Amino acid sequence: MSELTEGLRWTVYDANTMTQGEIYGQVLCDLAAQIPTIVGLSADLARSTKIGALAKAFPDRFFNVGIAEQNLFGVAAGMAKSGLIPFVSTFSAFATMRAGEFLRTDICYQRLNCKIIATHGGTSFGPAGTTHHATEDLAITRSMANLVLIVPADGRETANAVKACVHWDGPVYIRIGRGFEPLVYEKDDYGFEIGKAIEMRPGTDITIVAAGVSVYHAVQASDLLAKEDGISCRVLNLHTLKPIDKEAILKAVLETRRLVTFEDHNIIGGVGTAVAEVIAESGKGCAFERVGIPDEYSMIGYPEDIQSHYKIDTDGIMEKVRGVLGRDFEEDEDWEDEV
Amino acid sequence: MPLTEEEWKELTDRARAIRRDIVDVTGWSGGAHIGGALSQTDIMTLLYFKYLNIDPQRPDWEDRDRFILSKGHGGVGYAVVLAHKGYFDPELLRTFNHSGSSFGMHLDGNKVTGVDASTGSLGHGLPMAVGLALGARMQGKSWMTYCIVGDGECNEGSIWEAAMAGAHYKLNNLVAFVDRNHLMIDGPTEEVMALEPLEAKWKAFGWWVTCVEGHDLMALSAAIERAKEHDSGPAMILANTVKGKGVDFMENKAEWHYGGLDSDLIAKAKTSIGGQGS
Repeated sequence: MSELTEGLRWTVYDANTMTQGEIYGQVLCDLAAQIPTIVGLSADLARSTKIGALAKAFPDRFFNVGIAEQNLFGVAAGMAKSGLIPFVSTFSAFATMRAGEFLRTDICYQRLNCKIIATHGGTSFGPAGTTHHATEDLAITRSMANLVLIVPADGRETANAVKACVHWDGPVYIRIGRGFEPLVYEKDDYGFEIGKAIEMRPGTDITIVAAGVSVYHAVQASDLLAKEDGISCRVLNLHTLKPIDKEAILKAVLETRRLVTFEDHNIIGGVGTAVAEVIAESGKGCAFERVGIPDEYSMIGYPEDIQSHYKIDTDGIMEKVRGVLGRDFEEDEDWEDEV
Repeated sequence: MPLTEEEWKELTDRARAIRRDIVDVTGWSGGAHIGGALSQTDIMTLLYFKYLNIDPQRPDWEDRDRFILSKGHGGVGYAVVLAHKGYFDPELLRTFNHSGSSFGMHLDGNKVTGVDASTGSLGHGLPMAVGLALGARMQGKSWMTYCIVGDGECNEGSIWEAAMAGAHYKLNNLVAFVDRNHLMIDGPTEEVMALEPLEAKWKAFGWWVTCVEGHDLMALSAAIERAKEHDSGPAMILANTVKGKGVDFMENKAEWHYGGLDSDLIAKAKTSIGGQGS
């Protein structure tokens, strides 16, 4: 599909003042200006998810189906079958749970070229309450075959992910936050590629694997740990959960032998589980801990307070890293005798 | 053009042959949703042999009419119709339900040639049909989308979500049917979850609606002609049908929603249907 976007000239988005969602809306408009088969759909959340930017720029190419998420995904599937590239936006909780079977059966099972940009992921819509949190969406979508799963760290990565998903022939789920996430990247051209984790900080003592908003805190924590404790803490931005970058994870296991995962998601089924699967199947041992929302319904509050409560903010990450560094994970330090 | 007398004769024979083959495939498969497959057969025969602008030699032809069997459990009947139309070798149907076969009870569009949408879970087909019709109109295409919904399927909320959207977007390139056979797995529709007044419901949702005898090819044809003429929104043909139609011991029996057939029952069923096998 690369010919579709050949010759596109990307503008650098003003990530300092635009939220993740706003950047998504703008990128989508730019893509739609170049690719006439792009259409947008939402279920009365055009404004909140910022897909409304497309509705404004191309009113004939945006379809609001009302508050009817099942139909949203069914209609998107039909439009994909008619030869269009539908971008579908609603909140992550509704995309994966209210309409989960439509996402699975209509879009993933039929391997349709739909792009789901699910906003308000994790606990980013904190004060709205637990009904509007999505701490299960990655676990659910990770087991949907054919689906590519991306969790961008900030607005710049959101722009890159949205651009990249158009080149991917098949369904893609991009999970972004509510839009108030801090910037991680200083520029756009840092080498984003679907399925390739990004080493944000080098390190030899321990590796933090994070995705989404947790990447910012992981980078902050790594810098502070180096300064305060002299700890060399690698940070991996695992922006693509599927297909997962096994190579980067196993490299970190071999080179740092201690891993901690951080995510704004239930610790069951998301980033931590995905990393654990790679490690367990490799036969290599390492100290390992998953940090995220424990198996409970997330607390109500402002996102920063929720992150602090579950130890996925900068301070929490530092505390957890120190804990895992102090853990003796095996008596025998000889790698050669392992499976 | 409405059905001619000659076409009526031809399609009547065709529907009979399709019903006989549905009986055979149900026998080979070990079990299939034969009751609903028989109730939808006249509608499907008319669509595939009179109305759909399709070419079995070019199953992916982009200007073809689209058809979605929203009541995906009618797959055994759908597969037989596609075989009759020439989409694949009918002998392939001997593998129906077998391990490794492309044919399961609910047809997979990525495995069975001619299937425009994979269905099975109820309440999915009509939303996809709305999307197809919207997509066609947006791209200035003149092809039509047809869809058959089960009556029990009208319990699903997503059917009414799609009904709202179809009317809201005034999809005059969408013609849908309800295979109104009055039975679902657990019994009569009006006992399990009352649907009536179904005609008034569809009308209230903004659709052009007509009720018709669902095994009368002439009446169905006249209804389709009128539905296609209706140009201000989507059309719904409520087709009153008989579950198990054509096989006397299955007619109007909820227990024949799904079942298997041994050689005795196959012979009895074919005798009841009459005609010659294809």
